[in-house]
Amino acid sequence: MDLGEIKDLVNNILIEEFEKEEEELKEDASLFDDLDLDSLDGIDLVVALEKAIKTKIGKEVKIEEEKAKKLQTVGDIYKAIDELVNN
Amino acid sequence: MIKLRRVVITGLGILCPIGNNKKEIKDAFYNKKSGIVFMPEWEKIDGLRSLVAGTVKNIDKKILDRKTRRSMGNVAVFNTISAKIAIDDAGLDNNLLQSGRVGVAASSTIGSPQAYEDFFYEIFRTNSIGQITSMTFLKIMSHTTVANIAVNFGITGRVFSPASACTSSSQAIGMSYEAIKFGIQDVMLAGGAEEIHHTTAATFDILNVASKNYNDNPQLTPAPFDKDRDGLVVGEGGGIVILEEYEHAKKRGAKIYGEIIGFSSLCDGNHMSTPSKEGMVNTMDAALKNANLSTDKIDYINAHATSTDTGDVAEAQATLEVFNTKIPVSATKSFTGHTLGACGVHEIIFSLYMLEDNKIYPTIHHKTIDPRCKGLNVVTDIIDKKLNIIMSNNFAFGGINTSLIVQKI
Repeated sequence: MDLGEIKDLVNNILIEEFEKEEEELKEDASLFDDLDLDSLDGIDLVVALEKAIKTKIGKEVKIEEEKAKKLQTVGDIYKAIDELVNN
Repeated sequence: MIKLRRVVITGLGILCPIGNNKKEIKDAFYNKKSGIVFMPEWEKIDGLRSLVAGTVKNIDKKILDRKTRRSMGNVAVFNTISAKIAIDDAGLDNNLLQSGRVGVAASSTIGSPQAYEDFFYEIFRTNSIGQITSMTFLKIMSHTTVANIAVNFGITGRVFSPASACTSSSQAIGMSYEAIKFGIQDVMLAGGAEEIHHTTAATFDILNVASKNYNDNPQLTPAPFDKDRDGLVVGEGGGIVILEEYEHAKKRGAKIYGEIIGFSSLCDGNHMSTPSKEGMVNTMDAALKNANLSTDKIDYINAHATSTDTGDVAEAQATLEVFNTKIPVSATKSFTGHTLGACGVHEIIFSLYMLEDNKIYPTIHHKTIDPRCKGLNVVTDIIDKKLNIIMSNNFAFGGINTSLIVQKI
């Protein structure tokens, strides 16, 4: 997946499943302070990302809990997905 | 000795297959407009013959904020929105809601069936919990409706969930009436909800009691007490009534829709799915005794009348044994379908509308009475009648029966 596809995938989840507006989704936007997500959303975000990636690339991926806990911004998600699928 | 207190109804909130407010619902009753529709997405289920249902239309779930909705399947959404409507209608403020003197009783048959599917389908399909989201179980649990309502409005009083399928919300109302009557709470939000799913229809289809001949004409079924009825139609929705101690309501100048004066909840103790005439008789008698009324004081009965073969017959015969043959009876499920966990609260609200209008709403699709129900006065057109006291009956799987009596005030 190229970076554009990763951004589309992540943004689509944040818009569709977490009811965020597209203009809120800046790379430095804080998931907790700016987008008002919480730890429960974090669990569901990981599930949604894993499911969407599998649909996109046809392969199971696992976002480890320790890695997920470190995600702070929208940009952190793009980076984590990039590392996961392109390395 | 405890002084028994009077309990009145001061707020109504309803989402149901024929409308989401008084105007829409009354329009449907006056124009004999059914809320039953064809369910095309159920055609994929092999063997399912009943492809009709009473569905909730035109609701905006986003009335509730996203974080609130995370723990809700449709069943809890329906009940929480109806609670919000009822709270606004009654004019209850947050100080009162959060005082500890206000409680909630609400329930449904099994929580959210869609959440069940999401939870178990994924686990069984994958042998993994990897695709399960954080809140799925909270949508499933049997007290999902009441827990979501309590958390959403910060209610700290008594909260309970009498999950008993078709008597869930009538038990919630009756037991809330008792909680206020005995001084335990001053105000109760009481009701229930149901969310339909193909498994809901299947439950009844497997028992051969679901309507299956009207998939092309959903607006013509069900037909309570009719000799050609072919079974029940499942429905969904939510409802909450605000019950309040009479003096408490008067003091704050609340609008009073009616007073609950009698309730009974008894069990047949006999059979899981076959209704018992004797159990129904006992329950109606006990409610009359609780209200200290003779049968001639009841002006109208809202029947449970699901349109099953044995249920309607047992109910007709039980009603005729308790009452004389002239008492008018109607089956509002002919409009909504059987809204299961919500039917008790729906039917109390419809009955309150009738009290308000001094009219009896009809039973649609009823043409010729089943000879085994002969003598029952089934109302098939709107009729004018001065209504003071009504009875609403519900009967559930497990032989659990309820009878509520409400009077105009």
